[in-house]
Parts: sequence; structure tokens; C-alpha cells
Amino acid sequence: MNERSSFSLGVRAPQSSSCQVEPILRVSNLSLWYGKQQALRNVTLSFPVCRATAVIGPSGCGKSTLIRSLNRMNDLVPHLRIEGEVLFHGQDIYARDADPVEVRRRIGMVFQKPNPFPKSIYENVAFGLRVNGLKDHLDDRVENALRRAALWDEVKDYLRKKSGFDLSGGQQQRLCLARALAVEPEVLLMDEPCSALDPVATAKIEDLIQELKKDMTIVIVTHNMQQAARVSDETAFLLLGELVEFAPTEQLFTRPSDPRTEAYITGKFG
Amino acid sequence: MSRRRSARARRLTEVVAFSLFGAATVVGLFALGIILYYIISRGGGALSWEFLTAFPRKGMTAGGIYPALVGSLYLTAGAIVLALPLALGAAIFLVEYAREGPWVRAIRIGVNTLAGVPSIVFGLLGLALFVKALGIGVSVLAGSLTLGLLILPLLVRTAEEALRSVPRSFREGGLALGATRWRTIRTIVLPAALPGILTGIVLGLSRAIGETAPIMFTAAAFFTPRLPASPLDEVMALPYHIFVMATESPNAWKTKDLQYGAVLVLVGLVLVLNLGAILLRAHARRRKVW
Repeated sequence: MNERSSFSLGVRAPQSSSCQVEPILRVSNLSLWYGKQQALRNVTLSFPVCRATAVIGPSGCGKSTLIRSLNRMNDLVPHLRIEGEVLFHGQDIYARDADPVEVRRRIGMVFQKPNPFPKSIYENVAFGLRVNGLKDHLDDRVENALRRAALWDEVKDYLRKKSGFDLSGGQQQRLCLARALAVEPEVLLMDEPCSALDPVATAKIEDLIQELKKDMTIVIVTHNMQQAARVSDETAFLLLGELVEFAPTEQLFTRPSDPRTEAYITGKFG
Repeated sequence: MSRRRSARARRLTEVVAFSLFGAATVVGLFALGIILYYIISRGGGALSWEFLTAFPRKGMTAGGIYPALVGSLYLTAGAIVLALPLALGAAIFLVEYAREGPWVRAIRIGVNTLAGVPSIVFGLLGLALFVKALGIGVSVLAGSLTLGLLILPLLVRTAEEALRSVPRSFREGGLALGATRWRTIRTIVLPAALPGILTGIVLGLSRAIGETAPIMFTAAAFFTPRLPASPLDEVMALPYHIFVMATESPNAWKTKDLQYGAVLVLVGLVLVLNLGAILLRAHARRRKVW
């Protein structure tokens, strides 16, 4: 297990099976600007370990921006300015000496649109393993990851023959999930992972989230309030870049404390 | 509503425009057809195995074009080998690393301007820089360097386009798995862009093989009794050989058939290369899944 590179963040990864109670990821007074336009306003919240946290809100509320700033996927965006902190195991991932590559290895991501590589199914999953030097037992690791993403039985007969693009949309998304799981991240960010999928494929992904959160922390952005209610333990409601309410999911959907949350979840806007 | 033209008037405009564009296409194709017919009918007779594999004889009035053909292949291949790393590096920098700004814009304008510089200017630059200042002398190397400069903008632009056509989601996928930018570019972006880059290479070959001016002072010899033994030797080259036979030979009329034959071979090579580029592009498009 332990030929993982030494972590530049200076903390040891917790064993994936033991889930602690302290927040693994904490956002503190985070503000973000695209050029002159402010996308996040002073957001503060904590993502507890081994829970699924949903981020909901209307289009353009900054939920994608928020989740993409949790593993520095926004780094490629020009004219981006960030204030505040994102603390992973207590270390600011935006600190000068933090290594974004290492951050992304430990905080994985599944995107809105399935984005497999134009390579074989096997190579799609093996890519992250090779990159991170997890080259021993490659076949086992690939199989294991595909099993965890509930894709193994559907693809095991043509792992090297079919390209990731030969799969259906739902299978592609599970392949991307397997790819992310293979490198054993501690946190999995999911940016509207079902928005391009049909209901059956969506249900599969949701089942997987239930399974995965037993040993990893999940943050899922969703446009779909029913989905948030189904899969998450905690829900954050964002509006115009501002965190309006952050509460246990059941409470947020049944007894919201902010009138704006109530208006949104009862369908008055959005 | 009163200013709206009647349906008939609009239909007429449509018909006129369609005919004009159609006529333009026909004229263009017709011109190409005439040229090809002319070259094939006059040069076809000269073509033979000996023509392709023998040295010129009797003051170029007999024999073949072997050394010129081989010289052209050397020069062209050399140009690609020398220019490609530079072009690829520049394209990767422009697309993957550089942030859009005055510098990048300046570089892009520079590259585009380079593409518009007349080829004789490249020839003189090659003479001054490679042949004289760097002391390489008139040679395959100096000619390849000059041709390389000439096709550099073409290669940069096609590689840039190829890289740009790779979706951003591929890069994000790589980065999100903990790959560095370079690793992502090397293992995901470049393979995905490869067909486009190859197309650019083939187009570069076809451009370089037909140029005369850049090699006139830097590489080409009037006649060499043998093939070049090293990159520092002079060579014969097909376009220059045609030029020489047509203008400098004391008995140009006697070489007429050979001239047409050489032209046919050169045009044939260019056509084959361009056809190759088209097929490559079509193949890539069919295979393209994203």
C-alpha cells in the first residue's frame, strides 16, 4: 500500500477504512473572482469525513466554482483571484508551498460530462495508477476500481479491446468514477455527475455514492434537489455566490431556517 | 413590410449566386485539369524506370533525374526533422502554457508574418546566416535549415490547431487524477492531437519539396556526379534542376522532354503528399470520437 509518494502537505493519509469525525476539508472565508466578477462571497463550511455533502442552488450560484476550487481545478482559468482558505487536513491547499498535483491526487473529481480518455478501458483506469507510481499489481488495482464503480461485469471481456468512448453515457461516467477511485482519493468531488445521464444510469451512480461514502468523503454538486435529498447527509445551499444555509439534509429540506432556502426548495425560483 | 423583396427576386438572387460560385469552382478545376493534362501529355513520354534511377548524361540532354529526386527527399526530410521539434514546442507553449496576452499575440502575429514572407527572402537569409555567418557552406544542412524556417509557421499553425481541437475535458481529466500538466500533455493531449500534427507534417513536406528559391543559394548544385556523402555536401534538387534545365542549359530545347518529365514527377509528388494529408485528415475525423 505504502509506496504512495510522501505527501507534500505533511500529513499522513488516514487509513481508508477508519473514518474520523473531524472535518477533512474546511472552507474558510473563501471569495473568488473571475476577472472583475465575483463568483463566491466569503463562503465558510466544513465537509465531514465519510459523509456525502450536497451543494445545491440555481444555475450560476457558484456551486461548480466552489467544488472546483476544492482541488484547485480552477488553476487553469485565467484572471482568477482567490481569497480565504481551503484547508485539507488543516493545511491550506492554496498556500505557497502546497502542491496542486498532490492535492488533486488526494481529492479526486468526477465531472459533469463523462470525459474518458480516448484509450482502452484498461488504460483509462491505469492512467492515474501509472501517474502516481502505483504500478505493482496493476491488473488487480484496475479490476478493483472497476468493481467499486460497478462496471467490472459489463466490461471485463473487452478491457483492452474497447475504447472508453465505446461505452454508453452511464458506463462512461462509471468508468470516470473507477478512474478516480483507482488512485484511492480521500475525498471525491462530483460536479453534477448525473446531469448527462438517463434515470437508470443516475440511479446506479446514486447507489454507488451510498456505498462509497462508507470510506470516503463525498462532495456532490447537483441541480436536482431530489437527488441531494436522496444521497446526501448534509446539504449546502448557495445563492449568488453566497452560502445561505448549511445543515443536515433532512433538516434543510424539512425545516429550512432561511426564507430564501425555503423559497428555493419549494420551487418559488431556480 | 413594404421593403421586403418579393419571393421571386430573392429566388433569382439565390440562383445567380449559386451559378457564380459554381462557375468559380468549375474555372478553378478546369485550370488544374489543363495543367495536369499538359504536363502528363508532354512529360509522360519521358517517364521510365531509368528516368527515375539514372544520373543526367550528355549535358543534361539525356539520362534521368535520380540525384535531383534523392536530393529533394533529403532536403525535405531534413527540413521536417529540424523544424518539427521547434514547431511542436512553440505550439505546445502557445496552446498549453502561455496565457493570452500581448506577448502571445505578438508571437502569433510574428508566426503569421513569417508565413507571408516571400521564399526568396528565406533563401537570402539562409545564404547570409547558415551558409556564410555560421560557415555551414552550401549544403544539404544549410538548405534543410532554410526550408525548415520556411515551413515553420505552417507547422506551428497546424500543430496549434490540432492541440486546440483536443477538448479541455481531457486535460481536466488528467489533472484531476494527479498528473502534472506536462504528463497530461504528453500522454493524453499529444496522442489525441497526433493526426492533426501528422497532417501538418505532410503539408509541410509538400510545401518544402516544391520550393526553389530557398535552396538556390543554400543547397542546390547545378550538377553533382554522385549523391551527397554527408549533410555538408551540395545536392541537386528537383525544382532547381528543372529551373536549370529550362534557363541555364545552353541547349534548353533539347532538354524539353526531360523538363516535362521532371515537372511531372515533382507535381506528382506534391499531389501524392496532399492526397496523403487529405486521407489522414479523413481517417482522423472518422476515428474522432469526442
